[in-house]
Amino acid sequence: MSCDLECQHLVKQFDKFTAVDDVSFSIPKGSFFSILGPSGCGKTTLLRMIAGFYEPTSGDIKIKGKSVLSTPPNKRPVNLVFQHLALFPMMSVAENIAYGLRRRKVAKAEIDQRVKDSLERIGLPDAGSKRIDQLSGGQKQRIAIARCMILNPSVLLLDEPLGALDLKLREHMKVELKQLQSQFDTTFVYITHDQSEALVMSDQVAVMNHGRFEQVGTPQELYYEPQTPFVADFVGESNHWEATVSVQDSQRTTLTTTSGLSIQTQTTSNLEIGQTVNIYLRPESITLGQEQTTADNQLQASVKSVLFDGAKSRAIMTNNDAEEIIVSLPQTGEFSDLKAGDKLSLSWRADIAKVFTNQA
Amino acid sequence: MNSSQTRLTLILLLSPFLLWLGLLVIIPHIDMFFLSIREKVAPRTYETSLANYAEFFTEPFYWNTLARTAFMSILATVLTLIIAFPVAYYIAKMLRGKTKSILFLLCLLPFWVSELVRTFGWMILLRETGVISSSLQWLGLIDGPIEFLYNDVTVMMGLIYTSMLFMVVPLVSTLDSLDDSLIEAGYDLGGSKLSILKEIVIPHSMPGIISGCIVVFMLTLGNYLTPILLGGKSSMWFTGQIYTQFITRFNWELGAAFCFLLLIVSSTIVWLGLKLSGQTLASTVAKS
Repeated sequence: MSCDLECQHLVKQFDKFTAVDDVSFSIPKGSFFSILGPSGCGKTTLLRMIAGFYEPTSGDIKIKGKSVLSTPPNKRPVNLVFQHLALFPMMSVAENIAYGLRRRKVAKAEIDQRVKDSLERIGLPDAGSKRIDQLSGGQKQRIAIARCMILNPSVLLLDEPLGALDLKLREHMKVELKQLQSQFDTTFVYITHDQSEALVMSDQVAVMNHGRFEQVGTPQELYYEPQTPFVADFVGESNHWEATVSVQDSQRTTLTTTSGLSIQTQTTSNLEIGQTVNIYLRPESITLGQEQTTADNQLQASVKSVLFDGAKSRAIMTNNDAEEIIVSLPQTGEFSDLKAGDKLSLSWRADIAKVFTNQA
Repeated sequence: MNSSQTRLTLILLLSPFLLWLGLLVIIPHIDMFFLSIREKVAPRTYETSLANYAEFFTEPFYWNTLARTAFMSILATVLTLIIAFPVAYYIAKMLRGKTKSILFLLCLLPFWVSELVRTFGWMILLRETGVISSSLQWLGLIDGPIEFLYNDVTVMMGLIYTSMLFMVVPLVSTLDSLDDSLIEAGYDLGGSKLSILKEIVIPHSMPGIISGCIVVFMLTLGNYLTPILLGGKSSMWFTGQIYTQFITRFNWELGAAFCFLLLIVSSTIVWLGLKLSGQTLASTVAKS
């Protein structure tokens, strides 16, 4: 499969601080690739190196197989959608979109035609003569993407462009961005700290922390099979406990958390008796209520408080003041009148909790 | 606060301004206007006429001086802009933190000294027996002393030097407000340095450029000290002519007419500049 963008052992140092530390990846043509990480993890630095605004300390960047390290940003076949979009306020919408073509000395008649097509494609056919400050947030977003896409870049880079939008619009734009990407059939590299943006839109997601890629995979892989504690913690929500391995046989390992809760997990080769481990258990993997004798883990707990948030409502449960367990509440009506002090039974499968040894 | 109290506060706050405007600007100008339209026909007998204005147009020396002053002022404004723009761009966009404030302060520093002292400073450097002339002789580069004073180039240099600050300050403040990502976006979309300057940086800083130009032009056109001290008699500056009429020749009527002509010329040029650049007074001077 041909790769649009390939980074090899990319390193960027600022004085003594290493912002990007030996990052390698390749992105197949036409896919939506996200880099997900907390602020300060180096994702913006990585993006700016690809765009050409920073020069890597070492390593190589290849676009369609050719190294672009010696190509200045205004000649690279990549375009960047800036965090605050950076639309030119001194120009009209049409002039903004035409800017890149004008720089390429395209004939005026062709520019007009392509700008018109591009405005129709993003669903704003009459916006051409408007000023930038007359547009809404979502419209600006589309103009910023159109301004880049009219140049047919090999790779479009997006630097958290949804950050400034309100929640409803952000949800809407997620779907729209994904549609735009498949429409243009161009490789998108999207950076964000919002896991939901990354999971919803991407074909592949790289989770970045302290300048390194922790894991690269499909959204499903990251969610169901996190490879590192950081990924387990950062992608989705998790209950996190520290525990020691207390009993082990060929099938089951029993872990005891610091405050005495016993948890059954699958035996894996890297666990030994007495070892300290970290357990990550998703609130949505816990079944509430029914007595399930077949479940590997089962315990009685009382509700400490209910955190109502519509579909994402959760309850904080305690088991004899041992550990706090956050549980998702299924919105089937069954638990709509749940209140503090109620007693419920919790159960989950042994293989669903992720266990990481401390050095992992 | 009720409305009558609000009105009282407004009146109290405005009164010093209104007194200044009335007593020092409007009344003297009205008086000056009447002075300018009377003609001395016999000792202590005056008639209303436009003879003073007519004299300005019939005597080529007078209108030549005004035209020259206006032209030199426009040139000084343009040169100041050309010199100040890179300085302001460097301060606003290339520097960060402490160096930025230090450099900005260095621009202000010469203006802690009065214009008179600064101009005398130039004279010490440039006169026939001055620092530059004698150093060049000492180095053996020239045979005899050179007089650097009393020519147009020196006057122009003095005017630009005096005006720099008034151009740099508004330019720095408008360039500061230009988001760096706009410049980066320009590069990203294929722009060259020149096209970004032309299409993004200059359009953005237009209010600062215009307000700087208006201030510098007005100050230069109405400057008296620098052209007279550095240019001497040959400077032919219009304010010098006004001084001559009032003080040397006691011809207040003609002097007053000159004052009005200067006012009309400066207002017309500023108005033309605003029209040509498509800006308004409110969007430029009032903003920065």
